[in-house]
Amino acid sequence: MGADHAHHKETFITKYIFSQDHKMIAKQYLITGLIMGIIGIAMSLLFRLQLAWPEKSFAVFDIFLGKWAPDGVMDPNVYLALVTIHGTLMVFFVLTAGLSGTFSNLLIPLQIGARDMASGLLNMISYWLFFLSSVIMIASLFVESGPAAAGWTIYPPLSALPQAQPGSGLGMTLWLVSMAIFIASSLLGSLNYIVTVINLRTKGMSMTRLPLTIWAFFVTAIIGVVSFPVLLSAALLLIMDRSFGTSFFLSDIFIQGEVLHYQGGSPVLYEHLFWFLGHPEVYIVLLPALGITSEVLATNARKPIFGYRAMVASILAIAFLSTIVWGHHMFISGMNPFLGSVFTFTTLLIAIPSAVKAFNYITTLWKGNLQMNPGMLFSIGLVSTFISGGLTGIILGDSTLDINVHDTYFVVAHFHLVMGISALYGLFAGVYHWFPKMFGRMMNKNLGYVHFWVTAICAYGVFFPMHFVGMAGLPRRYYSNTAFPYFDDLANINVIITIFALIAGAAQLVFLYNFIQSIFYGKKAVQNPWKSNTMEWTTPVEHIHGNWPGDIPHVHRWAYDYSKPGHDEDFIPQNVPLAEGEEELQH
Amino acid sequence: MTAVILFAILVLVGIAIWQITKIFELSQLRQTKDESQVANDQDNHRNGQLMFAFLIFIYLITIYSFWAWGDVLLPESASEHGQDIDRLMWISFALIFFVQTITQALLHYFSYKYRGRKDQKALFYADNDKLEFIWTIIPVVTLAGLIMYGLFTWTSIMNIEENDEALVVELYAQQFNWKARYAGNDGVLGDANVRFLQDYDGRNLVGIDSADPYGLDDVVVQELHLPKGREVIFKMRSQDVLHSAYMPHFRAQMNCVPGMITEFAFTPIMTTEEMRQTPDMVAKVEKINRIRYENSKALLANGEEALDAYQFDYLLLCNKICGASHYNMQMKIVVEEEEDFNKWMAQQTTFAQTIQQ
Repeated sequence: MGADHAHHKETFITKYIFSQDHKMIAKQYLITGLIMGIIGIAMSLLFRLQLAWPEKSFAVFDIFLGKWAPDGVMDPNVYLALVTIHGTLMVFFVLTAGLSGTFSNLLIPLQIGARDMASGLLNMISYWLFFLSSVIMIASLFVESGPAAAGWTIYPPLSALPQAQPGSGLGMTLWLVSMAIFIASSLLGSLNYIVTVINLRTKGMSMTRLPLTIWAFFVTAIIGVVSFPVLLSAALLLIMDRSFGTSFFLSDIFIQGEVLHYQGGSPVLYEHLFWFLGHPEVYIVLLPALGITSEVLATNARKPIFGYRAMVASILAIAFLSTIVWGHHMFISGMNPFLGSVFTFTTLLIAIPSAVKAFNYITTLWKGNLQMNPGMLFSIGLVSTFISGGLTGIILGDSTLDINVHDTYFVVAHFHLVMGISALYGLFAGVYHWFPKMFGRMMNKNLGYVHFWVTAICAYGVFFPMHFVGMAGLPRRYYSNTAFPYFDDLANINVIITIFALIAGAAQLVFLYNFIQSIFYGKKAVQNPWKSNTMEWTTPVEHIHGNWPGDIPHVHRWAYDYSKPGHDEDFIPQNVPLAEGEEELQH
Repeated sequence: MTAVILFAILVLVGIAIWQITKIFELSQLRQTKDESQVANDQDNHRNGQLMFAFLIFIYLITIYSFWAWGDVLLPESASEHGQDIDRLMWISFALIFFVQTITQALLHYFSYKYRGRKDQKALFYADNDKLEFIWTIIPVVTLAGLIMYGLFTWTSIMNIEENDEALVVELYAQQFNWKARYAGNDGVLGDANVRFLQDYDGRNLVGIDSADPYGLDDVVVQELHLPKGREVIFKMRSQDVLHSAYMPHFRAQMNCVPGMITEFAFTPIMTTEEMRQTPDMVAKVEKINRIRYENSKALLANGEEALDAYQFDYLLLCNKICGASHYNMQMKIVVEEEEDFNKWMAQQTTFAQTIQQ
């Protein structure tokens, strides 16, 4: 690695398409992720329309769903397909690849002082595998029998038997192939992040001086490497069951007037394998968002992040616990009740590091000098939804209480607030904060404010009432509740939720407009617009291969020397040597 | 028509957002033009105030939701263990509301109080071991209590002991309906497997093995009747995909898994009739019928049939995605006095009678 990197001759293709430069790959991840996000959110608006006005005819259904919405009325199979693909796109393609892929790639080399990722080639392959899996997932929307429709968890036998529903035909095969490729992409990315953080830190950047963003990305990558392969194995076994007649997950099945040959398998095995990834996945989504928040909150509060050591410790604790709690998705799956007790215990323990994080964020704001940039607003919003959504986890993580709210809208409200909205806020905070680093221009702050406030009100407007729908006993993934007069009094809540959702969707157009407009016409950024301490702001605004024009600066202090007494400026970048007699904070 | 209205709403919302942006911009005209796109004191001030307003918004939406929708929540539990669950639920909720109220207040109040000003400097305050210890240990103690309470309740609910007193009922799931099988006089369910489903021209609805003498007196029905005050042990089966037997009024749920038998047990403590008489349920049914009446008027205007008046019944719903008609996979549950139950049971056809037809 050296400055000679900068002298490679670049063509359009090597610079913009098959680029091995981490900054370009980050942009590719972001833009692909945003496109998938637009599709995922649009789908949610379609099925929200159906839920608010069940079995009504809508022109938009006619336009987007065509023959799947005869006379503009959505078909139940399509409803299930929409919720399935919405979940898949948002969890994996937007909040895993779009969030982690973008900011790990952008920030790991820049913040640790490296010229690029450990392997630029693997990094490029990782993105293109992600791209390929995105294309396959989108292609599955256009097959005759429709895309996968068994829920994003694709539990067999529903997902294994084409007789069970149309979505378990070719659409499901494509889903599985797409996810297998996605996992390969994710693993290549994660290995790269881990190796880079361990090996390529600049002189002086000890692990205890790493910004919390890097800690979060690093630990996230480790969780990914530990858990994603298990999902891959589940997907492969499911492919075997579907196409090669094995019985890993299937036994004693009679469907469409026919006894099938499967014998001896168990769907519960699949549930174990799925959730061994599925739960850590929540933290794969959430930890990067929390890392971004730590950084954005401290910078804009002009204060050190409170309790750096505790923040690192809680990231590690959450990561460890996240791998031993998967069974709380299976309390009523038929699993041995004793296991339910064990998983209740480990699950509720996660509340402890989470509470430490929330309290530390709040204390970081205390006596700060808060600069209300759009990124800051989204970070504060994240802490708010993280608390609101996280608290109801005390109910769902408790096996006793889970019996009655399992798979109801209460769950939907809980996880959307705590991982959906929170992680999206983390993504937005990251985009607003590092846009100048990515595109060399500033985003319009006023549009950012409008985007935040409308989204913030709507997020609560959508998901707060949803808890009530769940507490009333309405199961999720119901095409409509018209089959039960008992739920007739939920109709007006559903209308309110949908109206908030539509407004929230419209607010994202403000963001998109701001994003695209600012790439081309935004105000040119200065080198360090937020007066931040981290290393990425010591690189020039114009991207160069290798990041720093001369030698890589050395690091002399931690990343959070904001408003340190005895200094004129309220920030001291990490590459500034300690002044005479100045002591570094012991942490 | 709805589509047009919806489109109009979206356009109006778009215009509203555009206008708000304009206001944000116009409000900055007075000061010297600042195009840095970095928050200045005025932005900090305004957004700080909005943060405080947002705190009030969170409180208001909480209060409004309880006021407007408190009545959609499930009525009191109709099963014995359900009361324990509800107690733990309300303890947990009290805790959640307490923590939520305080933490959101601190978060948003600090965001308002410490909004940035040019002439002010933040406090350099990086660590306080004592504070952090306090807010680690408080959750530890609270959660320890919750975990203990939860686990005792969980163990007592899930520890199902076979006994002669209990009624054994099989819940049988298939796309997209439920069946129930009673063990008959011998109190033992006969062996069953999907391989027997095609016997007797499909009259063997849940695949009972006719070679097993225990199965001959079994009774298969499409409407679940339960005697009040007697423990019911459910054995769940599914013939095709995963289903979940969800009986919200009894705080009961268990997945039905093809190839295996799962279990759940509860004791009903309120008959259907008694539940209908509770004040909460009377009010709820009245409200639902008002809504149905309004909807019927619209239907009649379109020349369609009016909706039937609603009367409360306990429900068994499917709560695990199982295909197109998942949303309509249900069975009525009737809880009645023991003698009514026995009378009803005497009228049912046994498996032996079914296969002799």
